[in-house]
Amino acid sequence: MATDKRDSAVMLALDRRMFLRVTALAGGGLLLAPVLEPLDRALAATKASKPASAAEARIGEFIRIAPDGAITIVAKNPEIGQGVKTMLPMLIADELDADWADVTVEQAPSDPARFGDQFAGGSRATPNNWEPMRRVGAAGRQLLITAAAAAWNVPASECDAAASKVTHRPSGQKLGYGELVERAARLPAPDLQSVTLKDPKAYTIIGTPRRGVDTPAIVTGKPLYGIDVTMPGMLYAVFEKCPVFGGKVTSANLDVVKAQPGVKQAFVVKGGAELNGLLDGVAIVADTWWAAKTAREKLQVQWDEGAAANVSSTEMAKRASDLAGTPPARSLRKDGDVARALAGAAKTVKASYAYPFISHATLEPQNCTARFTDGKLELWSTTQTPQNGRELVARTLGMEGGDITIHMVRAGGGFGRRLSNDYMVEAAAIAKQVPGTPVKLLWTREDDMHHDMYRPAGWHHLEAGVDTGGKLIAWRDHFVTFGEGEKFAPSAGIQPTEFPARFVPNFELGASVLPPLVPTGALRAPGSNALAFVFHSFIDELADAAGRDPVRFRLDLLGDPRVVAEPDGKAAYDAGRMRGVLERVAEKSGWGKRTLPSDTGLGVAFHYSHLGYFAEVVEAQVDAGAVKVNRVWVAADIGSVVINPLHAENEAQGAVLEGLSHAMGQEITIERGRAQQGNFTEYALLRHPQAPPVEVEFLKTDHPPTGLGEPALPPVIPALCNAIFAASGQRVRTLPLARAGLRWA
Amino acid sequence: MKVTLSVNGKSRTVDVPADMPLLWVLREALGLTGTKYGCGVAQCGACTVHLEGEPTRSCQVPVSSVGHARITTIEGLSGDGAHPLQRAWRELDVPQCGYCQAGQIMTAAALLKKTPRPTDGQIDEAMSGNLCRCATYLRIRAGIRRAGEIAAAGTSKPASVSEGSGGNR
Repeated sequence: MATDKRDSAVMLALDRRMFLRVTALAGGGLLLAPVLEPLDRALAATKASKPASAAEARIGEFIRIAPDGAITIVAKNPEIGQGVKTMLPMLIADELDADWADVTVEQAPSDPARFGDQFAGGSRATPNNWEPMRRVGAAGRQLLITAAAAAWNVPASECDAAASKVTHRPSGQKLGYGELVERAARLPAPDLQSVTLKDPKAYTIIGTPRRGVDTPAIVTGKPLYGIDVTMPGMLYAVFEKCPVFGGKVTSANLDVVKAQPGVKQAFVVKGGAELNGLLDGVAIVADTWWAAKTAREKLQVQWDEGAAANVSSTEMAKRASDLAGTPPARSLRKDGDVARALAGAAKTVKASYAYPFISHATLEPQNCTARFTDGKLELWSTTQTPQNGRELVARTLGMEGGDITIHMVRAGGGFGRRLSNDYMVEAAAIAKQVPGTPVKLLWTREDDMHHDMYRPAGWHHLEAGVDTGGKLIAWRDHFVTFGEGEKFAPSAGIQPTEFPARFVPNFELGASVLPPLVPTGALRAPGSNALAFVFHSFIDELADAAGRDPVRFRLDLLGDPRVVAEPDGKAAYDAGRMRGVLERVAEKSGWGKRTLPSDTGLGVAFHYSHLGYFAEVVEAQVDAGAVKVNRVWVAADIGSVVINPLHAENEAQGAVLEGLSHAMGQEITIERGRAQQGNFTEYALLRHPQAPPVEVEFLKTDHPPTGLGEPALPPVIPALCNAIFAASGQRVRTLPLARAGLRWA
Repeated sequence: MKVTLSVNGKSRTVDVPADMPLLWVLREALGLTGTKYGCGVAQCGACTVHLEGEPTRSCQVPVSSVGHARITTIEGLSGDGAHPLQRAWRELDVPQCGYCQAGQIMTAAALLKKTPRPTDGQIDEAMSGNLCRCATYLRIRAGIRRAGEIAAAGTSKPASVSEGSGGNR
């Protein structure tokens, strides 16, 4: 196997805009280190919800080929279970014409200068990397073909590549990639911008089922995750923060804690005011985690609980409810004349909807291992945003980012929790007090649930009307959420283009905010995971008021196949693509074609988020409050190809089941500024017996492929609520369903 | 206290507090990190190991109570990853994040030992204590059924999807 020592490195080609570095490796291997300007910039500019960091994408070192033919492809992004460690290398390998069996995948460290953007979020990995990664692979193929043609002294146009070999068509001669590396290392590098990409019909890896590269290690229990990081001499830490969000340490009985068995150190860490940064707390460092945790039971801290000490869910809900009768603090959108349209409507419906805070509850609790030596810091982290983490740690500890090394370690789930780097900066701050010694900070489950960046709760006071033809003509939403003045709390905002905006001629959206004292953040399909529930439940109420079939009503709402976009082309919504998935899911589920028992109903919903178009139907049976989901159908449009269909089906099914889990049982309530739920005894996740079959179909349409981590989740929640209504007549407007007396059968 | 345990067929002596849960003895004293911490209160099943063949939440077992009971962890389920469940898990690519899967496999292994060809209802019942936050429940169910077939046939059919030979590094 090639090493990455580059003693005999030679730079062979350099283009000011873009270059491919071809490097001979010690031991005779070949390193293809392409660096190109961000090809995704043009693509990303037209897309919604683009993380700011994507604009600076640069693509670094991705392919190594050894003389024995072994191919190493570097996976650049954090792996949190979304399958990106397999998917991104598939893009390179296909265009490289590598035999997948020759490929070993290696996780990149965090190094944006070499690898460009490295983050897991917003279902961005596919749209951001689809073209750049393929160009990297294609450049490698072109280089190897050129090398082979030179070896045979024939025109490159007479040569083809396939399965890690170049073939000279007229003579039938073949050379393996390993045999070509020495010659290829002496060639000028291809221009990445002008390399020829394959005809999609020629894909041999993209669009074919490929197993996760870590699956063999997972099923045999090999160390893989952040929590598994182990080093000689390592110590273990726990960190106690104020149960009230943002509270400060006044004093702590450190002497008592230090006297506990196994404890090496105990100290107060002073934090700041950023709820997703370093907060005040007490660190206990011991020779085992169990010793640290046991010593913590003796810890007594006097807290200054601060501004959040009086926050309660009940009070928030009351304030939100009181706002129903008042105009919103500010208007976000106003189209047509809602008041007049409502006055002239054949039917009007008023309703208030609410959803709770929910916790991410990654099964691997937050953890990070850190070692501070001679002014430099090394971190082993499951972060979804390593570069943000580096910046947070540098800012907080007064270090230079260049003095911080971050190893990206597989995460036991992300779901947006690890977009925040609070646990990382805690580990760094603790390790700084124990110089030279690696320290693993591990949160308990209770720490994790008590100190999340929760999916924000929210309330919507809605009023809408349909005309005599049964068409939706007026819509008004007063959204009560969290923020300060014009600024929404993290993930608590709404886009003024959110559907059904632009599809209803008379439309008003306004918002009022409550103080942001509870930490909030993105949770899988942020915004959408709550808004879809509200809007598609209410649309169902309107269809019912109009006496119309829920699918037909929605097709009319979408209108003709067309792209609805803002004048600058942004926030594009392709009504045709959504009609496509809605019609398909209706067909798949036998909508309107099957006779169901009287206690069983179908519910439908669709939602566009993260560039994906999804429509879903739930069949549910309701018997005296016991809900049994018989089946879920999903029709999805994420473009022309599903890169790894084996993982895609799994991920879409998981998203749907997660949505069911949110809907039924997940709720974090706040009292006296504290999260009331601390473990799975109080916070019910979906379990095996409650998981119905989920049939997923991807429609292949003529659009670039887009991401799948998030968009399958939102529609299932309203589809379930609408099915419950169809089955029982019960309309649930407040999540979780358990609050309405419902339970899984 | 000094404790001698039988772990994956080997005798291992550790010096740990008597109340230390077996989970942490395995992970930190013996370096067997395949068994995972998820909740600490026997609600998630990520820490499942076999004690005398019985699936057990190792976060709830003080090491002093183990005695001579034979402990099997995911690392010792098979020498080489060839247990029918491990083969089925690879074949169907069951995991997403994968964190819960060691616990899922250990619980499923005990189920298959007693019930080689379980119905979906028996699978659901046996597996209800194992949470999967990614909700790979459908693949797990299929994986258990497939493992039953593999065990019955004594060999697996050729794989229908390919996998990188080198895998991860």
